[in-house]
Amino acid sequence: MTDSTDSTVRFSPLHQQHVDAGASFTDFAGWQMPVRYSSDLAEHHAVRTAAGLFDLSHMGEIVVIGPESADALDYAFAGRISVVATGQAKYSLLLGRDGGIIDDLVVYRTGEDRFIVVANASNREAVAAELLERTAPFDCEVFDESDDIALIAIQGPKSFEILSQVPGIVVAGLADLTYYRSIPGQFEGHEILVARTGYTGEDGFELYVAPEAAPALWRAIAETGAGSGLVPAGLASRDTLRLEAGMPLYGHELSLTTFPVQAGLGRVVNLKKEGDFVGRAAVETGPVEGARVLVGLRSDGKRAGRADYLVFGADGTEVGVVTSGALSPTLGYPIAMAYVDPAVRELGTDLFLDVRGSRVPASVTALPFYKREAN
Amino acid sequence: MALQNTLKYTSEHEWLSVQGDIATVGITAYAAEKLGDVVFVELPAVGASVASGKVVGEIESTKSVGELFAPVDGTVTEVNDAVVAHPELVNSDPFGEGWLIKVSFTELPTLLSFDEYTALVGE
Repeated sequence: MTDSTDSTVRFSPLHQQHVDAGASFTDFAGWQMPVRYSSDLAEHHAVRTAAGLFDLSHMGEIVVIGPESADALDYAFAGRISVVATGQAKYSLLLGRDGGIIDDLVVYRTGEDRFIVVANASNREAVAAELLERTAPFDCEVFDESDDIALIAIQGPKSFEILSQVPGIVVAGLADLTYYRSIPGQFEGHEILVARTGYTGEDGFELYVAPEAAPALWRAIAETGAGSGLVPAGLASRDTLRLEAGMPLYGHELSLTTFPVQAGLGRVVNLKKEGDFVGRAAVETGPVEGARVLVGLRSDGKRAGRADYLVFGADGTEVGVVTSGALSPTLGYPIAMAYVDPAVRELGTDLFLDVRGSRVPASVTALPFYKREAN
Repeated sequence: MALQNTLKYTSEHEWLSVQGDIATVGITAYAAEKLGDVVFVELPAVGASVASGKVVGEIESTKSVGELFAPVDGTVTEVNDAVVAHPELVNSDPFGEGWLIKVSFTELPTLLSFDEYTALVGE
């Protein structure tokens, strides 16, 4: 479900910052967003070794509030949201009644009766509409606050060092904020929410802020981090970073016709929770026998499989299709995620990619491709 | 470094520097910028005959794949091995060290002037 009535181009509240920084722009779900500032490889490496600053203001923020909001979200989502403590966050899925994935999202509990659901930009309207419908029987309300919330992420090993020095940010307990936790704070008199979450495979933070305060916050972080190697980073590097980290991207690895278990997200679906949730019956039955499953593939050389390239078995029969792929900037060899027949899912299985007519060998490898060293 | 306003261009974002019957071919800074960081370049073999408008090579960035089209009919006389070993030259010096192939030709097709190409890409 996409909203076809809204065809206007949207601009981030940080658009002028990106123009000033010399960004190239790309359309992303109707938004003009920075794809890179100078070099997407340099931005990628900066996030792995120092820090990168991302504008994610296109993402959707839908607030669910009310005494029965936790119960409502247990029904709406595949995971058990009611056990999430205030200040905690949880990765979850919004399933269709047929078990397909409407969106993958992060749910933050910011109060006993208050949750923020962060949806992909392309699915914002669908998620808001589904939540409105699914929570209707419960004593709670749903507000799509996407237009009133900007989102800035700082990602990379130096994120904490930099963020803790940004003038104007007041957050009590930032040093104690652990992964997948959030804490309210202030920036120059504006309320912000600081979360230790991200989509790059590195340590980092995501800051939810009012649009009018976003430019000053962006500049403050950029200026504070410049001496530590922080650079603004665009969507091109965000995509190679998340791919290395084995994180699915909606529209590539996830879709309305993908069951969670196929995407390796069976753990996100809580079949032990009491009561019904949307999609439960379908995921309990599961996908059809032999349904393709998501695997990682690696190749030698430099030629990467790309989305929609076909995957073949050693005997030349088609066994799958690539959903994302790139020459890994960190690892130096081509990596890809692909849906393949279960018969060839075992690690080490030798397969071939059809890279624009040439057969490029690829072997099934464990996800994620890249994991940061524990600190 | 070739002077950009003395070069010929194609609508596929290639530039040509013509000396006698040899055209040196590369992709424009505009094309390199659109591709992003180039990480892999595949070029035809020396001696290969190429036909105008046909794909003769590939230029891959982290995000996408660009095809190199032969801008003229002819024979490849030289390829830039340096750019195969160091694909980043396409980004850092597209009109110079990042040249791709040299082609001997007998006849030049209609090509774009600097002004026409500049108008095409709107810059």
